[in-house]
Amino acid sequence: MLQGWIQIAIFFAALVAIVPLLGGYMARVFSGQPVLLERVLGPVERLIYAAIRVKPDRGQDWKAYARSVVLFSIASFVGLYAIMRLQGSLPWNPEGFKAPPWDLSFNTTASFVTNTNWQYYGGETTMSYFTQMVGLAVQNFVSAAVGIAVVIAVIRGIVSRSGTSLGNFWQDLTRATLYVLLPIAFVAALVLVSQGVIQNFSSYSDVTGVVGSVQHFAFGPVASQEAIKELGTNGGGFFNVNSAMPFENSNGLTNFLEMLLVLSIPAALTFTYGRMVGNRRQGWALFAAMSVMFIAAVAVVYTAESNPTPAMTAAGVNAQTTDGTTGGNLLDKEQRFGIANSALFNAVTTVTSCGAVNSAMESFTGIGGAVPMANMGTSEVIFGGVGSGLYGMLLFVILAVFIGGLMVGRTPEYLGKKIEAREIKLATLGALYMPFAVLIATGLGIATEYGKKSLYSGGPQGFSETLYAYMSQGNNNGSAFAGYTGFIQPEAGNAGSFGITFADLLGGGTMIFVRFVPILIVLAIAGSLAGKKVAPTGLGTLRTDSPTFVVLLIGIVVLIGALTFFPALLLGPVVQGLTQELF
Amino acid sequence: MRKDILTSFLAIIVFTVLCGILYPLAVTGVSQVAFNNAANGSQIESNGKVVGSKLIAQSFEGRRDYFQPRPSQTDYNPAGTYFNNAGPNNTDTRDLIAGNVKAYLALEGRYNADLSAENVPVDAVTGSASGVDPHISQKNAEIQAHRIAAVRKLPLPTVTQLIKDNTDGRFIGLIGESGVNVLELNLALDKESSR
Repeated sequence: MLQGWIQIAIFFAALVAIVPLLGGYMARVFSGQPVLLERVLGPVERLIYAAIRVKPDRGQDWKAYARSVVLFSIASFVGLYAIMRLQGSLPWNPEGFKAPPWDLSFNTTASFVTNTNWQYYGGETTMSYFTQMVGLAVQNFVSAAVGIAVVIAVIRGIVSRSGTSLGNFWQDLTRATLYVLLPIAFVAALVLVSQGVIQNFSSYSDVTGVVGSVQHFAFGPVASQEAIKELGTNGGGFFNVNSAMPFENSNGLTNFLEMLLVLSIPAALTFTYGRMVGNRRQGWALFAAMSVMFIAAVAVVYTAESNPTPAMTAAGVNAQTTDGTTGGNLLDKEQRFGIANSALFNAVTTVTSCGAVNSAMESFTGIGGAVPMANMGTSEVIFGGVGSGLYGMLLFVILAVFIGGLMVGRTPEYLGKKIEAREIKLATLGALYMPFAVLIATGLGIATEYGKKSLYSGGPQGFSETLYAYMSQGNNNGSAFAGYTGFIQPEAGNAGSFGITFADLLGGGTMIFVRFVPILIVLAIAGSLAGKKVAPTGLGTLRTDSPTFVVLLIGIVVLIGALTFFPALLLGPVVQGLTQELF
Repeated sequence: MRKDILTSFLAIIVFTVLCGILYPLAVTGVSQVAFNNAANGSQIESNGKVVGSKLIAQSFEGRRDYFQPRPSQTDYNPAGTYFNNAGPNNTDTRDLIAGNVKAYLALEGRYNADLSAENVPVDAVTGSASGVDPHISQKNAEIQAHRIAAVRKLPLPTVTQLIKDNTDGRFIGLIGESGVNVLELNLALDKESSR
């Protein structure tokens, strides 16, 4: 165990080191300060503005900004859906895959446009190189850039001195892609390739092994997609088994790098926030609140997975950790990651809305599987998705300021701006919208005949599968208890390309709503805050950069998540964690 | 509004060219030159013929003269991967693991008198996430070494040394988990036997 804890500590230390570097850099990028890369990419940036016909300096109020976000996402949707449905006639399709059916294409398009990357398909058995590279991976970039743009607009609203402009969406989108996502992804992709992650356009091929068994190999431009899949907290695997596949994640180093890529932008944005509001402590306070919850999640899942499951024990396996074995619940985990790095990876990708996996959640112990669900139950604000994590957290900050204000009997204000009825109403709506959507979708999935078609296991495990599916899609996460609808296991030759219409539509709709409703809400709040005057800090002001406030904020996040999801979690994973019974 | 719609569609085209074509082609170009073998799947040759990838486990069909990789739910298929998705409290999961234990003991029990379900290494009786996990634990390899030494009539220390030579350690001794690469080990074994 000790070795595992040391690895986790090293990882966290690396993350803390990155935060001010990347966070400070992003603050420069989005405040219009000069950055070094501009010398190279500046002409490209100006070329893009000319090509898409925008004047980057023209400010947009919140409604105009929101309209651009929505219209761009609609255009993305149309483009990606078209690529998928035309797959059969497009190039770079070595296995000759036909187009995925309309319902699966709808779900997948919704999934990638909303930064979810939920997958009802197996990548290497359903999607051509063209679809993955020119369709899906492009959304990995731009859906992440949209998230960053929105949170930057919200920050501008908070700091604005009685204006209406939140900046220009097209400029933010372009700068996020050009100066943040592309350069980091490019370097990361090359490091991944150097370690064994593949990057080619070879046709699938048969290889005869040492004793004569024939293996059919799938290839593709994996590393370029893997890098942005993690960096943009997207999580959609090139292969069906995602980052467990050695061609996507080949050793301890690539695993470490991939985890770091996932957390780097969401964590660094807290620093960007501190810089842009002119008080770094505000940023560190949010980072601290997120870190506490993250470390708690890692500790629980690692401890849980270090023990065998009841099914293992019943099979007579002791699974003790001795010299030369990992011990613990190694079922559906890879030897090169062991227990510690599987537990850490899955905590990293579920506190964020990444949803990549390097081991199968469904085979986790009961408590180990409850952790990702609890992480998602907090609305993905423990670092969360790129941009979306921070703007989600800011909703909770507004609620905390309000509740804290009530406790001390003052008018709630945040960074000098009065928080009034309109903001509170919007923030409450934003915090409760997700549980509402998730629980209704789960209810439909459990109670209807159509929903039952997707179940793989019976008993509490079947319930967990359904709950996980809609929590994941309802938080734009994308990880899965992959047995759900997974009984149609992919086989080479496009057989994985089936949809269950009910699950596809319900999930797709959920993903779209939970992505865009909160975006509209936070932009509306930003618009309303932008016009307010800044009041000087007084004695009665509730400080929002103190440890007390961090505790209050954690309390509110946990309380809202716990109150809404605790009963559901009890029925599934918690029951499984508490019993040795088999079902 | 109309201008915004036009801009939206132009933007998705521009970003598709940039992020969907230029970026991956640039990555491919550099990696094909700088990391050719890795970029193409880390293939391994034996006697001038490609026999697999060092990153992907392959079937040794349970043969007694070779080290065996972890069990695979996909029959070691790298082009149609899926998880076991075996719930922690499922009777199916118990049966799956019990079957693996039985098979492992049937193969190794003869050569390891004190081996029982209680002390089998967990990696030996559980399917991996990818189904093509190229590694096994050192403990698992050491147990199998007794069989290999007996069947191939090699001294046990020679086999143990080969295991050590084909163990991938942690990155800088700290990150990840060490494991024995089964394909590389078996190729080294064949080389040793043919000497």
